[in-house]
Amino acid sequence: MIKVVLPELAAGITKATVSYWYSKEGESISEKDDLVELVTDKATFNLPSPATGMVSQIFFKEGDTVQVGEVLGVIEEA
Amino acid sequence: MNFQIFDLGISDYNTSLKFQKETFLKVQSKLIPAGLIINRHNPVITLGRLADRNNILASDELLLKNNIRVINSERGGDATYHGPGQLTVYPIFDLKNLEKDVHLFMRFLEQAMIDFLSNMGVSARRIEGKSGVWIKNKKIASVGISIRQWITFHGISLNITREDLKNFKLIRPCGMDVEMTCLESELNRAVSIDELKNSFIEQFKQTLESFYCVTADN
Repeated sequence: MIKVVLPELAAGITKATVSYWYSKEGESISEKDDLVELVTDKATFNLPSPATGMVSQIFFKEGDTVQVGEVLGVIEEA
Repeated sequence: MNFQIFDLGISDYNTSLKFQKETFLKVQSKLIPAGLIINRHNPVITLGRLADRNNILASDELLLKNNIRVINSERGGDATYHGPGQLTVYPIFDLKNLEKDVHLFMRFLEQAMIDFLSNMGVSARRIEGKSGVWIKNKKIASVGISIRQWITFHGISLNITREDLKNFKLIRPCGMDVEMTCLESELNRAVSIDELKNSFIEQFKQTLESFYCVTADN
């Protein structure tokens, strides 16, 4: 089980908004595939899957605000 | 830091987007170190992720009559207009080679535009808390980028001709009640976009070098 954590995207930026999930819970995903897109200011940032497996849990829906360091979801490794 | 320049001339938004993605793959696979795509778009309104469609003020009929398409874009930001009277620049840069900071890259793009405008005799600035480049309280350049695996795409647009400026009235740019301006209005003379391209590229290299303390020797 690997947690997907919001990394620091820019100096002094503590949060971002979830704008798009490329995969839903229960779907399989390959390592480095786009998993979730986040928006901060006028930039979108795609977070890739850290492992090949299944998206087992998603904790934030599109439009939600996430703090840096918070867990966005969980990948169950294949 | 080297980068390859691609001048697409006047292009449809989706054609240019496809080219951006192809260039992205070349940068990702290290076939080229980085790319700078320069183009002017046929008239189009784009909506960024999480954009509010109510920020398009014109009716569908009016947009159709004026041959202006509406396209959902994966860049950040809200609604914006692109037209042939703008210089639109899409840098495809791997931030792992510069600095892994999303906002810093946007500040760099704004600085490159401010430096370029300064060369043209126009004093422009940033406004704290707002993206883009401003002259007093009017916006002359808009920024909106996407980052995938720390490689950038989308970019910055500079309003140049008066003719295109009127189409911003069709939207609430970036979801704000903001007045736009253009280079022709600021200089009070006609400006040829093609003649500006090379001086913009030259300034882009210089600002890249000074902003990130790298050598841009392309």
